[in-house]
Amino acid sequence: MKTKLRSYNSPTFLAYALIAPAAIYILCIVAWPLIETVRLSFTNSSLAGEEYIGFENYEKMISSKKFNKIVIRTFVWMFFSVSLKLIIGLIGAVLLNANVFGRSAFRVLVMPPWVVPIAIGMLGWLWLYNGYFGIIAGVGMRTGILDGPFGFLAYKQSAFISTVIADVWVGVPMVTVFFLAAMQGVPKDLYEAAYCDGASRWSRFFRITLPQITPVIVTMSILSAIWTFNSFEIIWILTEGGPRGATTTLIIDTYKQALGNYKFGRGAARAVVVMILLTLFAGFYLALLARINKRVAHE
Amino acid sequence: MNKYTILEKLLIYFGILIFMTFILLPFVEMFYASLRPLDHLFRSPYQFYSDDLSFWAYSEMWKTVPMLGRYIFNSFFLATVTSLLTLLFVIPAAYSYARFNFPAKNTSLYLLLAINMFSGAVLLIPLYKLLRTFGLLNTYQAMIVPGVAFLIPTSIWLLKSYFEKIPIELEEAAFCDGATRIQILRHVIAPLSTPGLVVVGIYAFIGSYAQQFLFAISFNQKKEFMPIPAGLYEFIGYTTVKWNEMMAASLVGIAPVLLVFLFLQKYIVEGLTAGAVKN
Repeated sequence: MKTKLRSYNSPTFLAYALIAPAAIYILCIVAWPLIETVRLSFTNSSLAGEEYIGFENYEKMISSKKFNKIVIRTFVWMFFSVSLKLIIGLIGAVLLNANVFGRSAFRVLVMPPWVVPIAIGMLGWLWLYNGYFGIIAGVGMRTGILDGPFGFLAYKQSAFISTVIADVWVGVPMVTVFFLAAMQGVPKDLYEAAYCDGASRWSRFFRITLPQITPVIVTMSILSAIWTFNSFEIIWILTEGGPRGATTTLIIDTYKQALGNYKFGRGAARAVVVMILLTLFAGFYLALLARINKRVAHE
Repeated sequence: MNKYTILEKLLIYFGILIFMTFILLPFVEMFYASLRPLDHLFRSPYQFYSDDLSFWAYSEMWKTVPMLGRYIFNSFFLATVTSLLTLLFVIPAAYSYARFNFPAKNTSLYLLLAINMFSGAVLLIPLYKLLRTFGLLNTYQAMIVPGVAFLIPTSIWLLKSYFEKIPIELEEAAFCDGATRIQILRHVIAPLSTPGLVVVGIYAFIGSYAQQFLFAISFNQKKEFMPIPAGLYEFIGYTTVKWNEMMAASLVGIAPVLLVFLFLQKYIVEGLTAGAVKN
């Protein structure tokens, strides 16, 4: 059968020709800019022109205390956001997997934050976080937790936490939906066998569900790490990286340097750092994916 | 299997309630705020009850944001053109990946996935310079050209899995009967893959609608080309924001995507999760 198919499948030229338009487009709009970013990072490029300056951008960047803080902050921000997304996503998936009335409606209702343009969702959060008139400050004041108006986005620590929460809000639906899909893919007879053996609901969850969906959990944690790392609009709309830089992550810093100050060279150096980190994440993800696929193919 | 006890059921519903509150509160509050008069909104501490709710803000917002209609049109226009262009690039490529074996097939597929991970923000600088060189800054193209590039990878993966579901025997039969490849594409593949094309098209539409903001604030400063997220963002900067109208306008901006999604959510979720979850 395989050999018969091959005669139909053989024309490699046609295969490449069909891919060519998409490939060329991506090469021009993604691959070339990546290389160009690296080149620019060794120049002092700005709107005025550019000159080769070697490693100066990198030296300045690495020796700057501010930049080191930004890198650490990025990872702390990521750590909180990703862990919360995974924990809340897992709890959400368990709840929506429970066989109760109305669950198909809940499964749809969980998705809007994922589908809606992030930028518009954040306009809503700006209103929620409003220190005088927003509902969160309002509930805080009415219950006595706050003793007066409180601008959540105006103070360093609360702004940091607020942006994490908004980021979690955007990311949770997708994590939930993927975990839920994975849970539904767990073979039913495993549960039936465990039930006959008298396993409790808890032990069925920890001994069957969790191990069975581990590949998806691992995949989602890397993917959310990448997306969280890349997250731009959420912070930009809520705080623009402020107050006093408290929510400036690497992406925000890159954007500010590049298109805020038109210091293309300095921005590019930061973009290269982002690229290196992303390549590490991506490599990790792809290696893992290849391993999981291999295991599935063996089974 | 064993049924839930009443206590367990209560716990589950309580959990769902908290979870759903977190997810939906912003939307509910946006809608509620859009119905309330401005002087009710500007009371501190927050008042939960308003007795004179109306859709007044929905008619007034067109005056406060004079170009709102244009922004909405721009968003639609950009998303439509971007998703159609994406399909144009993706259909032949996905078909090729689904049907042919060739060197570097798997490597290039994984490279496509890797591209997904580089957000637009990393590439902004060279893209900015590129667009400036071609005189495309402050045009529709400035937002369409990068938009398409970031939708191609996932769309190829999605569409490839649809093409793979069409039995190759059908094509072989047509091939044996002397049909040309073009005829096979027109009479066998096209009709069978319509549902897949619709789903990928909608994925691209929602995706491009969502990603407009970054490209819009980076590459376009002309109001007449602004999509709705960028247009509204400008107004938030003003000292006195008319929040009820701003929320009304935001909801109007969200509505089309949400409606499209609600009607087709089943297919989209199936398509997107299929890759990550086997079986």
